[in-house]
Amino acid sequence: MSIRSLVVMVSVLASALVATCCTRESNEERSIRFATTTSVENTGLLQALLAPFTERTGIKVHVVAVGTGQALTLARNGDADAVLVHDVDAELAFVKEGFGIHRVGVMHNDFVLLGPPEDPAGVKGLPPAQALAKIAASGSTFVSRGDESGTHRRELKLWQQAGVEPSGRWYIETGQGQRLTIQMADEKRGYCLTDRGTYVVAQSKVNLSLLVEGGEELLNPYHAMAVNPAVRPGVRYVESLALLGWLMSPEGQSMIGDFRQDGIQLFHPDSPSPESLSGAVP
Amino acid sequence: MILEGLRRAFEMLLSFDPQVWGPVRVSLEVSCVATLLAAVAAIPLGVVIGLSRFAGRRIIVSVLNTMLALPTVLVGLLVYGLISRSGPLGAWDILYTPTAMIIGQTILAMPMICAFTVASVERSDPRIRLSMLSLGAGRIKASVAVALENRAALAAALAAGFGRVFSEVGVAMMLGGNIRGYTRNITTGIAFETGKGEFALGVALGTVLLVVALAVNFAVGYWNYRGGRRQ
Repeated sequence: MSIRSLVVMVSVLASALVATCCTRESNEERSIRFATTTSVENTGLLQALLAPFTERTGIKVHVVAVGTGQALTLARNGDADAVLVHDVDAELAFVKEGFGIHRVGVMHNDFVLLGPPEDPAGVKGLPPAQALAKIAASGSTFVSRGDESGTHRRELKLWQQAGVEPSGRWYIETGQGQRLTIQMADEKRGYCLTDRGTYVVAQSKVNLSLLVEGGEELLNPYHAMAVNPAVRPGVRYVESLALLGWLMSPEGQSMIGDFRQDGIQLFHPDSPSPESLSGAVP
Repeated sequence: MILEGLRRAFEMLLSFDPQVWGPVRVSLEVSCVATLLAAVAAIPLGVVIGLSRFAGRRIIVSVLNTMLALPTVLVGLLVYGLISRSGPLGAWDILYTPTAMIIGQTILAMPMICAFTVASVERSDPRIRLSMLSLGAGRIKASVAVALENRAALAAALAAGFGRVFSEVGVAMMLGGNIRGYTRNITTGIAFETGKGEFALGVALGTVLLVVALAVNFAVGYWNYRGGRRQ
């Protein structure tokens, strides 16, 4: 290579730099950072739901998929403009501290307990707390998120109800997202708690059975909030409001209700329009 | 499973599936810019360190060599603390953007390029610089001559820096946030798709990763080989 080709190479790289900066600016004109849980992102719902929003408003939504705990931490630091999370206690604390405003109930589904089809601990059909107590007593492998996510916090609540302090070799904390945690439960032939949405998406790729479902303790509501611009002045408040408005609009709500994976409804809208309510009960 | 993944991977590659080529574009852009920025700072610095003799030079070179093993997540952590909105550079508002990834990867590539430059300049023929100086060239001009004489080795330094950042995942994940269509690059894409059980997409991305890394190294290796024969 001659010096001339070196010059050519450098100028190509330099123009790539300029191009990146330009695209960044046009992207950043109207965009927001939306921190949400892996359980929602893994299902593909947001991809479907946010495309028409961006098309209409020109606001790009950058989805950062983490656990609920981390999503709220990002928002506390001002690194997210809006959140969609599922841990009522943590949400209320977030609002009380002044960080979150305009908390709205977007949708819900439920948590389910998965395990190997042969069910070594014999928990099929039991109430959730009792099922966990039996898993602990039998020393069967349990795979936990272990990441302060909404699912993890619910799991800890259920352990508390079961009167068990989960620890030991049978209790595996992955620190990973929901989809990967199911994958690990499958590999380890263990039990795990998951939201139904991620389970439906993962279903065909793992050999785990749905063992426990139903009941008040397993209800899983998702709430959206904007980050308070009075507390974190840098956040994009107006754009966040537009997004919340879209999520709660009759159109957004019916898109949530119509979203299917393998023909199965994953989420139930919490503010459905009167028409969609006629007949169907969520 | 892997065979099926491979077959579907090549289908995706050949049909120009944006799920594959989007992350590839992000990887190439971010890593090229980061390598270039790192080179602009690291090569002159490396030439100066390589040519000069001063007290404490050994220590600087040792530190530089240690920094080759700088963990990517540590760089991610430090930069994150700086550019989070609640951090000192929060007003820049660049966390979870390609710019943030470029900053992190530039820091990762710099010691690599610098250390390689120092090593090659140290090894080079001292007569080049001396004859340039005796011909009346200034110190800067003489240093440039040494750098040009070593351009094949400097290209290897660039390739090493590029290889380091192109294949890393820590900085890209922590500072980029793996945002689909924006900051998702090859490595974070592979981690994410594998977590979803999408092996085909992971394999497709992995293939591109390997091919690019191999191509860069072959190109530099060929150039060095040719340069070696000419001398």
